[in-house]
Amino acid sequence: MQQLTRPGDRHAMLGRPAPARPAPARPQAQPRPARRDPAPSRLAYRLNRIWLTPLYRRILRVGLPAFALAMVVGLYLSDETRRAEISGGVTAMVEKVQTRDEFMVHSMRIEGASPVVDKGLRAMLPVTLPASSFDIDLEALRVAVLNLDAVEKIELRIEPGGVLSAVVTERTPAMLWRHARGIELLDKTGHRVASATSRDVRPDLPMIAGEGANAAAAEAMTLIDAAGPILPRVRGLERMGARRWDLVLDRGQRIMLPEDRAVQALEHAIALDRTRTLLSRDVAVVDLRNGDRPIVRMGLTAQNTLRRARGEPEIGADGRIIEPPEDAAKAAAKKATTKKNTTNKSTAATKKPSKKG
Amino acid sequence: MGDLYHEQRAMRQMRRAALARGVMAVLDIGTSKMSCIVLQFDGPGQFREEDGVGPMAGQSNFRVIGAATTQSRGMRYGEIETMAETERAVRTVVSSAQKRAGVRVDHVIACLSGARPSSYGLAGEVTLASGKCADHDIGAVLASCDVPDFGRGREVLHAQPVNFAVDSRSGLSDPRDHVGNKLAVDVHALTIDGDAAGNLVHCIRRCDLELAGVASAAYVAGRAALVEDEQELGSACIDMGGGVTGVSIFVRKHMIFADAVRMGGELVTQDIARGLRVSTQMAEWLKTRHGGIEATGRDDREMIQVDGGAGGPAHETGDWDHDRRTVSRADLIGIMRPRVEEILDEVRAVLDAAGFDYMPSRQIVLTGGGSQIPGLETLAARILGQNVRIGRPLRIQGLAQNMTTPGHAATVGLALFAAHPQDEWWDFDMPVSSHGARSVRRVARWFRNHW
Repeated sequence: MQQLTRPGDRHAMLGRPAPARPAPARPQAQPRPARRDPAPSRLAYRLNRIWLTPLYRRILRVGLPAFALAMVVGLYLSDETRRAEISGGVTAMVEKVQTRDEFMVHSMRIEGASPVVDKGLRAMLPVTLPASSFDIDLEALRVAVLNLDAVEKIELRIEPGGVLSAVVTERTPAMLWRHARGIELLDKTGHRVASATSRDVRPDLPMIAGEGANAAAAEAMTLIDAAGPILPRVRGLERMGARRWDLVLDRGQRIMLPEDRAVQALEHAIALDRTRTLLSRDVAVVDLRNGDRPIVRMGLTAQNTLRRARGEPEIGADGRIIEPPEDAAKAAAKKATTKKNTTNKSTAATKKPSKKG
Repeated sequence: MGDLYHEQRAMRQMRRAALARGVMAVLDIGTSKMSCIVLQFDGPGQFREEDGVGPMAGQSNFRVIGAATTQSRGMRYGEIETMAETERAVRTVVSSAQKRAGVRVDHVIACLSGARPSSYGLAGEVTLASGKCADHDIGAVLASCDVPDFGRGREVLHAQPVNFAVDSRSGLSDPRDHVGNKLAVDVHALTIDGDAAGNLVHCIRRCDLELAGVASAAYVAGRAALVEDEQELGSACIDMGGGVTGVSIFVRKHMIFADAVRMGGELVTQDIARGLRVSTQMAEWLKTRHGGIEATGRDDREMIQVDGGAGGPAHETGDWDHDRRTVSRADLIGIMRPRVEEILDEVRAVLDAAGFDYMPSRQIVLTGGGSQIPGLETLAARILGQNVRIGRPLRIQGLAQNMTTPGHAATVGLALFAAHPQDEWWDFDMPVSSHGARSVRRVARWFRNHW
């Protein structure tokens, strides 16, 4: 036993037991994983076939989810308070976005407007600034502003920095128009600019008068331009019968212009004035309505001068013959014949063109 | 016989309905594998003449939209042995093919390789009353065939008119309007075991599918693997399947004989498993990966590891020496060759019985999974005859590359059969039924479609 013990096996000699050494185990057959049957079960097979049917497929993939969604949404929205909540939430969200500082308009800048128009424009803005630019309908505002007579053109734009910029082109008054309801300022196209209390507001502007004068304002402007030499004497233009112009001068003189070619007729009158000093004479009316035959109506003084030279009795401002007091009875008998003559003479000038017109 | 006639006509009706729907599946129920392909019928006209495709032997009007193959279960010798297992396999393959196609399939055409087929040549003769062969005379002559006693429980799977003869003029394919006194017909009838066919029908019905036709695997494999000239001139197609080796003989584009040898590739696997004491899976792997017929000197040195590699660790016995064996390839070939020789000898016997030696052209086409054994051609040439080739199935549109192997010849042939079935006896109206204008029109339409 001693010989059998190896020299290094000191523990055995000391009597300690040998460590338990496990015997090499036979490799265990590993548990085989249960093999799944690759065949689908009858139920799975049938369901698969149903799934492959186009009708069922469409119902299940589109119809059912759509129905469920509609159902859920419908049930949720069937309550009044929930609907109000949602709409309120949406409104609040929209409001929140719209009132962001980037969208706010803080001030309004108006260029090219007179103080009156400026004030009117500020009053017309439908919101009080600062306001969101979503609340300002620029197009509607533009249309509303254009209704102002004083404004010819306006460019509205919201500029970066929250400035509502309005570039206004105002109408410039070119003439005054006196009509039955008062005096108005017109621009050169005849569009109303403003009302005036009296003619003295704008003594620098020419005056026109008569019904329908504003519609022919452009023609009036050319006539006034053409009346250069006699302009200091011109008191205004009067529209007669909404059809033709009368140039009214001081001293009660009047140049009756034809309906068409009025400028040429006026130039004709000016030429007559320059050559014959027509207008400085006692002429009440220069009637140029018939271009071929200008007619002049003389003033009262001129008529009486003429009558005196002829030895006829003078006539008064009312056209009546002033009777010498001594032979009033004699003259009364004679009156009928003379009056007939004078009236014939004086009305001949006035009646003819009026018949023509 | 009348019952069968109506059954087959109903199946034809079903096939027409499937064509109208445009989707049909073909199901090849084999002993070792089951494959299903889903066909979409687009109708003719998807190819123009300028494309240079042409009618393409009739397979241009459909395409494959889904295909699946699975291991067969519950089958033996090409027949259904365990119904439930086979049903499960059918469900597997149909559902995966459907999944790939993305459409639901309701109509199925199936083929059966086993069930002891036997073929009969029938002949019928009828006198032409009008002196001219009319449409109804064809139905009459087919009905006049003298049917032998097929035996108890036999069902007619195919009954194809092979040849028409008017008086002495034989070899007509279309006897209509031929002037003569007598019309004779030769019909090839293929019968199978009725119970096996009933099992198949039951299995398919259990899978919620409508059966739109049944065909013999040997016949459809021949249609896929034989080129047109071979079908015309005469050739034999040998479909070497897993459990059954089918033999079909074609001449003048008609099958004139079909039979099956109840031996196949699974026997070879069994031999390997027994001879090398390995599992069936390992034996199958050895056969497909290293198998062969002709041994050379190099095969003695080529050692094959027969370990758990293919069978997995589950086949480890724990005995290291047993689990780490090697065999030479020559050993494997030595096991395989006698069995393959035996199968081919049986095929030879079948061909001799059919009188194949008297055929004008004795082309032999080997197809099926078993034909992929390397060196089979030389062995088959030695046993069967000189003109032997390995037949791959016809290409059809949309079929995946892995299904163009000889093993899928029957599947592809079944697709061709589904698209253009050959005229069978039940395609004609029986004369006992009223042959009014309707039946005449139907025959006329049939002739227009098929000739």
